[in-house]
Formats: sequence, structure tokens, C-alpha cells
Amino acid sequence: MRTITITTTTTTTPAAPTNGTPRRRSRTALLAPAGAAVAAVLLLSSCSAGSGSPSADPSTPSSSQAEALDVSDAWVKSAESGMSAAFGELSNTGDTDITLVSVTTPASSDVELHETVADESGTMVMREKDGGFTIPAGGSRVLEPGGDHIMLMDLAEPILAGDEVSVELSFSDGSVADITAPVKDYSGANENYDGSDGEHSGHDGHEG
Amino acid sequence: MTGARDDTAPPARVLSRRRLLLGGAAAGLGAATALGAERAVAAIVDAGATTGPAPEQLHGAETIPFHGAHQAGVTTAPQAHARFIALTLRDDVDRSALARLMRLLSDDASRLTAGTAALADSEPELAALPSRLTVTFGFGPRLVRIAAGESAVPSWLGPLPAFGIDRLEERWSDGDLLLQIGADDGVTVSHAARMLLKDARSFATVRWVQDGFRRSRGSERSGTTMRNLFGQIDGTVNLREGSADVDRLVWSGEGWLAGGTGMVVRRIAMNLDTWDRLDRGGREQSVGRTLDTGAPLTGTREHDEPDFAATSAAGFPVIPEFSHMRRARSDDPDERILRRGYNYEQAPSGDEVSDAGLLFVSYQADVSAQFVPIQRRLDELDLLNEWTTPIGSAVFAVPPGCAEGGFVGEGILS
Repeated sequence: MRTITITTTTTTTPAAPTNGTPRRRSRTALLAPAGAAVAAVLLLSSCSAGSGSPSADPSTPSSSQAEALDVSDAWVKSAESGMSAAFGELSNTGDTDITLVSVTTPASSDVELHETVADESGTMVMREKDGGFTIPAGGSRVLEPGGDHIMLMDLAEPILAGDEVSVELSFSDGSVADITAPVKDYSGANENYDGSDGEHSGHDGHEG
Repeated sequence: MTGARDDTAPPARVLSRRRLLLGGAAAGLGAATALGAERAVAAIVDAGATTGPAPEQLHGAETIPFHGAHQAGVTTAPQAHARFIALTLRDDVDRSALARLMRLLSDDASRLTAGTAALADSEPELAALPSRLTVTFGFGPRLVRIAAGESAVPSWLGPLPAFGIDRLEERWSDGDLLLQIGADDGVTVSHAARMLLKDARSFATVRWVQDGFRRSRGSERSGTTMRNLFGQIDGTVNLREGSADVDRLVWSGEGWLAGGTGMVVRRIAMNLDTWDRLDRGGREQSVGRTLDTGAPLTGTREHDEPDFAATSAAGFPVIPEFSHMRRARSDDPDERILRRGYNYEQAPSGDEVSDAGLLFVSYQADVSAQFVPIQRRLDELDLLNEWTTPIGSAVFAVPPGCAEGGFVGEGILS
């Protein structure tokens, strides 16, 4: 069972680890940079989705969307260059809907939220999802090859199988969740990119 | 291993079902002794007559924990199916790549052995029936050298000394990383193997694959000594799980390998076509045991102690000097190993009707001190050599197990 570290903050400033404590194992609250709110680190286990909850911290509003988020089975497809994608299951443990509006990662300067839909000819194509991904209260949204996914548009450097990629998820209320996701070789996830006009055929040809 | 339910169920036969019913009813009544035994039996038989067939026993959901001080698949009761895959690391694989590889493979193994799909598993439904799946990793000398340098390579980790009887083929020998995948279901083994290989692909290529089989789960009571394809009960003298001997003779106490073990995999071709020419008496003499019960020729039950001093009326030893059992036996109690082998069979070629044999697999803390002396004696003299030929050989260091969140090999890779 893989554990995934999630750091939630109430600002868009990423939290920084303070000492040598590995983030994956830490249950200690991390101090955010000056001016930012205190962040809470939670450990989520992939086999106990929904069990994670923010550690109690009076300075963190209990209603932030990031805190209601539970991520399991996150992974990123390996690629030498160009594009790749991140997948996983996003669960909403809260009682109001949450909306993932943007994603950033050091792995790619440009990241988009994509959905896969049938075009006029019936071919499955992927395109940017307007308004982000909404995860209904108490529900979940699966990001998977052939479906919704987080598209890394322009890799800064190769991401190799077994690497860990950190990903920052931003929600419509301004809250942010940091996750790390392992990189896996994967032959699928080669959907056509709507609007590419055949210029590049989706994520194909990037696996190491 | 604690996760597997001990198979105490009686063989599925009508007779046994009645016994099972009896047992259950007696327990339920509590004060069954107060009843006349005959009356109780009559009541149960009546009840049995009106119930349908016993419910089918399903084993698919059974799991063996992946995490722990030792890797699973060593002292685990052997599953019906096993696949051994040796990989050759790609030239550019360095220490950090090895850590990435073992993290990926350990994650796959921890999920699959729990009956959960691996991450990015494209056939998640095939992961649903773990059937006591275990995945065990073994390191060859090159891997250990890359991970931790020459000094970390155990003295016994490498090709075995050359034996006179060996006709080793490269296609069944050596390797950098071993995956031992065992389950009571062949589909489970196939899926796990494919998932692991997909994640190993950018780090390594497949060197060899050897499939093995035993009796199916449920055909006979668990713990029954297996029969090889010569029909012999094979492996009676073996270290038993849970004994103090296992702690001392299987699990290593040395450095990074503490809690791990040494593994020998030998592919031993058994010439069934020439064995067919041998009569039953000759077959029993070659091993020193009877074919029906596996008892020593001086005994009546499988686990009877052999009497090597006993002589026949003509003055010859009852258990011949050249017999396999006599030659394998050591006077030194430390020269013992944990055997966990499998039968193999592949398509015959030419005029053969069989191309089969034994995947000899043994675990021992020190291969040189425990396995090699036994093999030396068998190499010098063993009538069974007439029909058996080692054609593959590999030795691996099996690292200790890992805790949840950790990975196998982290002792030398992180």
C-alpha cells in the first residue's frame, strides 16, 4: 500500500518542508513560509480511501476544499519529453461539492485538466475541461486513461518509471493540496488530442 | 505466514462430508456427550440425507501478507503454480534506478498479493483472486554489486562449483534479478507476472522463465510431500516452517541480508523415457524409498527413520549405498536446506514423449556450507543420476522483507 502525502494550505503558496523529516512519513504539521497559514500534512493510504482527514489545526478553516480531498492511487505516465498525464482517484470527504480548477507541477510548465469525449465522427478525443473537475460531496472522480485526466503539456525533463512527481492541486476556494505520485510506464493513454489536427497524436511515443 | 488459513478441511469425499457434519453438529450441541453416540449419528445421517451437496470450497480470496520481517514465498506452504523469472539488468541501470525499480515492483507485489489491482493495472479484474499469491525477489551478484559494491556480495552468491553431472545451459542459468511468483491459481500467476514485467521493462530484459506445478489446491491435504514426475514422494527430509532449525538454517543473520536467505534454482531434467525401462524394484532401490508411501526401504511410513545398517538375507544393505536418500543424507545437522521445488514439463521434441523434470528450489542461509556439500555427495555417487541431468543453475540472495511503505532491497538501495 502506497502512502501519498497531501499538504493542504489555505493560500496558494506551496508549503515547504521544514527539517529533514521525509514528507511521506511525516505526520507533523509543516510550517509554511512566512505569511502563509500553517499547513497540515496528512497521510493517506491508497487502500483506505476516505479515511484521511486533516490533522486538527484551529488556524486552518475546516471547510477548505483541499481538506475535503482524499487522493488515492495517483500515478503519472512516464515520458521522455513532450506530454504526459496524471491519474488517480479524487474523493470528496466533505458535505459540499469541491472543484479542482488548476494544477501545477515542476514536471511541466503547462498543465491542463482534460476530459475525453467523442467528437462528431465518434472518435474519442481529449480536450480541456471548462470549469475544472467537480467532485460531488461524498463522491469521487476517477482520473484514468481514456477518461478525465491531468495533462502535462510540456515536460521540463524526462520523467522516469519509479520517479515521484509532486503535483499541486488548486481548488475554486483558493485552497491547495500537494500530492506526490509515482511514475509508471504505461503503453495506453494515447487518446487523440482534440484540435491537434494530427500534428501530434496525443501522448503517444513518449514512454522510455 | 499468518494470513493463509490452514487447510484443515478434510478431503472432499462423501465419507468425509459425513465426518465433517458430525464434527460440526457435535460442536454445536455442546453437550453431545449426553446423547447416546448412536442416536447422535443417526440424527446427523438423517440431517445429511436432506441437505444438498456440501458447499463448494473456494480459495481464491485467500491472501498471504506481503509485508513482514521475511519475504513471503519461502516458508509459505507451496502454492500449486509457480513461475520463476530471471531478469538481466539493462546496461545503464545504476543504484538509483535499482531503487526505483524495486519500489515499483514492491508496490505491485503488495497490492496484487492483497487481491487489489496494481497501480496502472490494465486488467484490474484479473487481480481480484489472489489465491495465496506471493511474490519473492532474489538478487544476483551483479545487482548486489551495483547496489552496494563488491564487499556486499555474499561469498556464496554466484555460480555454484562445477559438478560432473551438470550439463548446464545458459538459457536456464544465472540472472541479475529473480521474480518468484506463486499462487494456487495459474491465471493469477500469469497476471502478476505480466504486471511485474511491465514495470521492469525499462530496467531489465527477461533472461529466462521457468514454470512449475504441483498438485492443485484441494486435491490433497496441504503439507503432503509432493510427488515428482517419476512418481516418487520427493522432499520428505525437509526443514519445517516454525521450527527453530528454520530460524538458524534458512534465515541469514549476516549484514544487509539478515532476515533474508540464499536461494538455489536448478533445472533438473528427468528422463522419463529411459526411466520407463526400469522396473518398480529398481526404481525403489535408486532412491532407497518405496514408491507407494515414500517410506525408507527399512520402514513402513514416510517419515520413519531409515536404518542404513539393515542388511538383506544375502548380506547387502537394504538401503543401497548408491541410493539417492543415502547419498543426500549428512551426518552434519547444519547441512540441511529448505526445499520448495516444482515439477516442470514442456513439449517433447524428436522421438521423445516427455520433456519434463524438477525445478529444484532450495533456501538456505549459506549456500556454500549447506547446499554444496549435499550436491557434492550426489555428484560423486547417486544412482538417480542415471536418469536425471541438471541443465540449469542459478543462485540468488533473497533480501529480508519490508514493512508497509517500504520496499524489498531498501537495506542496500536507500
